Amino acid sequence: MSNLTKIRTVIVEDEELARQILKEMLKTHPEVLIVGECANGFDAVKIIPELKPDLLFLDIQMPKLDGFEVLELIGTDMAIIFTTAYDQHALRAFEVHAVDYLLKPFAAERFEAALERAKRRLGQEKLPSPGEFAASAREPGHYVERIVVKDGTRVQIIPVARLDYAKAQDDYVALASQSKKYLKQQTISSLEASLDPKTFLRIHRSCIVNLERVSRLEPYSKDSHIAILSDGTRLPVSRSGYARLRAILEQQR
Amino acid sequence: MHPILGQFRRLALYLLAWVPLGGILLLLAAPTGLSWPKALVLIVPLCLIYAFICLSAWYPCRATPLATAGFPRLVLTHLTSATVVSLLWLLMAKALALALSTLEAFRELDRQIAPGYPLLFGSGVLLYLLSVGLHYVLISTEAFREAEQRELEARVLARDAELRALKAQVNPHFLFNSLHSISALTTIDAGKARAMCIALADFLRATLGMGEKALIPLRDELVLVHSFLSVEKIRFGARLNLEEKIEPEALDCLLPPLLLQPLVENAIAHGISNLTEGGWIKIAISCREGPGDLSILVENNFDPDTPPRRGTGTGLRNVRQRLDTRYGNRATFASRSEENHFRVELNLPAERSSSSNTGIPP
Repeated sequence: MSNLTKIRTVIVEDEELARQILKEMLKTHPEVLIVGECANGFDAVKIIPELKPDLLFLDIQMPKLDGFEVLELIGTDMAIIFTTAYDQHALRAFEVHAVDYLLKPFAAERFEAALERAKRRLGQEKLPSPGEFAASAREPGHYVERIVVKDGTRVQIIPVARLDYAKAQDDYVALASQSKKYLKQQTISSLEASLDPKTFLRIHRSCIVNLERVSRLEPYSKDSHIAILSDGTRLPVSRSGYARLRAILEQQR
Repeated sequence: MHPILGQFRRLALYLLAWVPLGGILLLLAAPTGLSWPKALVLIVPLCLIYAFICLSAWYPCRATPLATAGFPRLVLTHLTSATVVSLLWLLMAKALALALSTLEAFRELDRQIAPGYPLLFGSGVLLYLLSVGLHYVLISTEAFREAEQRELEARVLARDAELRALKAQVNPHFLFNSLHSISALTTIDAGKARAMCIALADFLRATLGMGEKALIPLRDELVLVHSFLSVEKIRFGARLNLEEKIEPEALDCLLPPLLLQPLVENAIAHGISNLTEGGWIKIAISCREGPGDLSILVENNFDPDTPPRRGTGTGLRNVRQRLDTRYGNRATFASRSEENHFRVELNLPAERSSSSNTGIPP
């Protein structure tokens, strides 16, 4: 079999022994070609778009970026098998439509089954856009503590406390943090769902604001208002957004 | 909070006890030739006032604890306050008698009862001392109840720590990942796989039942920590670097079990496991001769970009609470996070077992 027709595979695992066991189990599969290995999320985000693998073994608990965050940033144009020691992570993996997950420690038969599923899935249906992973991978009742954005070849980590506001721009959201803007492929609704409603409010169809940044409100037209943030940014406020904002501001008083 | 004034039931009982005491005073007043009704008018208000004055005995009682204050100091303190209080009472009695003698019915009352004053003063002193005794009883009852409460709390916390250690074994981070490493090692290096099984078993065995002992020698805790670390060392390989500085004299010092292990586990969970290039843990334990402190220091570096994971701090909080319940203000707990390293320092009284390393609390 030539290398061109082989299944190009990348292993992302932070522990050396965990990488070794995957490589050992893949040894009996000449149709699989391991093109890359990495031990943390940053490296994964860097090499995966270059290598464009068909199949990805992805650990969830890793330094720097966890497996879900990696997935948000690299897109999902490949078959993914999650590996984890956490049952609840495995469940989330299933919800994000990963091909399969392997609960550590796993048996050779379980590994074979996952690989079989992945092969059948290769080149078939596309998975949801990366941004949607953020929403579906989140544990219910928990809100994200940070947002990961790919900024050229670098990965930016924005702690939610430093997010000032977010605006929808076509298929992207523009995230404003400390007078810088970052674009991320995600819908504003799924971003809204991942943020704590105590701190973040959808004030307009296209706009979410960090309530701590709002300094005052001004009328704009008959039906709409403008929110002015502490740094002077002016954001549109719709009629329903205004009602929600007023309710919250009055509660705080 | 005053032990009698603070509780309505106690105050009612206390005042009730003054009824017979007042009766005795009434009998003592008989030789002065005072008629019953007149004596009542004089003695009832005096008793009521003195009942409340005697409650002030709580303050000198609290200031001179029976256990630590010497006998001369006890006698001096309470006799002085008894004299002062009783004189005050005498003055009140005199003032009341004078005031009453302005009335027609009580004419000459003041002069009539004058021979009774020394007796009144004497009973005033005795009554006050009685109250001192009562307050000491109440204070020691309260202290006993508090000690009982503390011990109960300490036991609950120790059980908590044991549960937590048990949980650490079923923690996906630890047990499943360790098993996964063993599974990988079976074909790569069978000898190492066996060593890891044994280290894991050693750790599990050592934690079991440890929470039930009140105190263990440091060397036993270190055995536990080392078996934990040898498992983690196989998992993390070169990423885990340990630096240990333990004074040999400290090995026989006694400390509550599972005090050091959670600190080390914490250092791995929040330090090394997030550092791709690996990290370090420093353990330094020293012990001064005599009544000096046992000092335990655990330090690790961490990745400042990784946000704290959920569950952060429960292990540390438990360690702090257990130190607090066992030693009160004789132990200190300090944690500090600086740029990229975290440090926890414990200082506790260095207790030693009489028969060195038996592990049985004294």
